[in-house]
Amino acid sequence: MLGSLLSGAGFLGTSPEMLALFVGFGLVVGVLFGFFGMGGSFLVTPALLMLEYPAPVAVGSGMAFVFGTAVIATLKHHDLGQVDYKLGAIMITGTTIGIEVGRASVYYLESMGLAGGVISVAYVVLLGGVGAMVTRDALKSDGEGGIDHEATDRDLDEYEIPEIAEKIQRTVRIPPMVTLRGDVRVSAWVITAVAFATGVLSGFLGVGGGFIRMPAMIYAIGVPVPVAVGTDLFEIVFSGGLGSYLYGQGGGVNLGIVAPLLFGSALGARVGSAATAVVDADEIKVYFGGMLLVGSVAVGIGEVGSYLGNATLELLGLVLVIGAAVVVAFGVLYAAITSLRVTRRRRTSTAD
Amino acid sequence: MAGLEIPTWDPETALLIGAILLEAFVLYVGYGGLERLVGPSLMRLVVGGDASAR
Repeated sequence: MLGSLLSGAGFLGTSPEMLALFVGFGLVVGVLFGFFGMGGSFLVTPALLMLEYPAPVAVGSGMAFVFGTAVIATLKHHDLGQVDYKLGAIMITGTTIGIEVGRASVYYLESMGLAGGVISVAYVVLLGGVGAMVTRDALKSDGEGGIDHEATDRDLDEYEIPEIAEKIQRTVRIPPMVTLRGDVRVSAWVITAVAFATGVLSGFLGVGGGFIRMPAMIYAIGVPVPVAVGTDLFEIVFSGGLGSYLYGQGGGVNLGIVAPLLFGSALGARVGSAATAVVDADEIKVYFGGMLLVGSVAVGIGEVGSYLGNATLELLGLVLVIGAAVVVAFGVLYAAITSLRVTRRRRTSTAD
Repeated sequence: MAGLEIPTWDPETALLIGAILLEAFVLYVGYGGLERLVGPSLMRLVVGGDASAR
C-alpha cells in the first residue's frame, strides 16, 4: 500500500523519490555506523519491509548493503592494523554455515507466508533488547555498547581480558588451540560456535551481526576492542558477500536499493568516524539506545498496520524508524560541531 | 520448501555482487579524495576559522 504510493519509473526500477530517500537514509545510517561502529544496518531491513518489499528482497538487499559498507570500513581498519586475519578466517567457516541456515529459514517461512511477520517480530525483540541494554549501560556510564573511542587509541597489549573470557579460555581447551593478536589463546571451537550463532542471525535478519558478534568476540573470545571491530568488519565482507550472493541467486538483491543506500552511507560513515575524534560517545549513547527502542516500537506499529491493512499505521511506523535515526545522526553532527567550536574558541582565547 | 544449498556459479549474480564491490571501492577512493579536496574549506565554513581541533 505504502510502497505503491512511492513507486514509479526511475533508475534501476527505483523511482527518483525512492532514490533520494535511499541516499538520504544511507547517509543517516552511515553517520550512525561510522560513529557507533554498529547499529546502522539493522534499520535498513525493517524500513524495506515497511515499504512493502518482499521479505527475501528486504533481507537480501539489507545484507548486500552491509557487505558494501563492510568493504569500505575494512579498508580503513586494515590501514590502522586492526584486523586479525587468522581469527577472521576461522570465523568465516562458522558464519557461512550459520548464514545458510538463517537464509534457508527465511525462504521456508516465506513459502508458508510467514516471513515478513516473523522477521518483524524478531526485529522488535532484538532492537528492544539491544536498545534496553545500550540505554542501561549509557545511564550507568560504564560504556560497553558500540566502540569505546578512547580504547581504540591504546596498544593491543594494554587490554585486560574480561573475566568471563578468561574463564572460557581456562575451561574450554578443546584442540586445536589458536593464538590471536593481543596474545589471546583460545580453542578454535569457541570461535566457530560464536561465528555460527551470529551467522544464523545475519542470514535470518539480513544484518551484519556486528552488534552481537563484537561483544561476543570481546567477552567470549577475549580479543582487544579494536581487533574485535576490525576483524568483525573483515569477516562481514566474506559472510555478507556470500549471503548477498545466495540471496542474489534467488532474486533477493535489488541494486536499485543497494546502490543509492551505499552512495549515502559511504559519505555518512566518513563524517561519523571523523566525529568520534571530537565527541564523547557516552554523551550520545543514551540517544542511540533510545533510537533502537523507538525502532522496535516502530516496527511493531508498522507490522500491526500491515496486518490490519491500515496505511496510516504503516506510515507512522516508517516515519518513526527513519525519524529516530535522523534525530540521533543530527545529534552526533550537532555535538561534533559544538565541540569543534568550543575547542576553537579556547584556542583563540589562549592565543590572545 | 527451501533447504540448505551449496552456492553454484551464477554469472549474473556474480556480476551483481561485483558491481556492489566495485561501487564500494570507487566510493572509498572517491570520497577519500573529496575529503582531502574540500574537507578543510568545509570545516572552515561549518566551524569558522581554523578548525584543526583533531
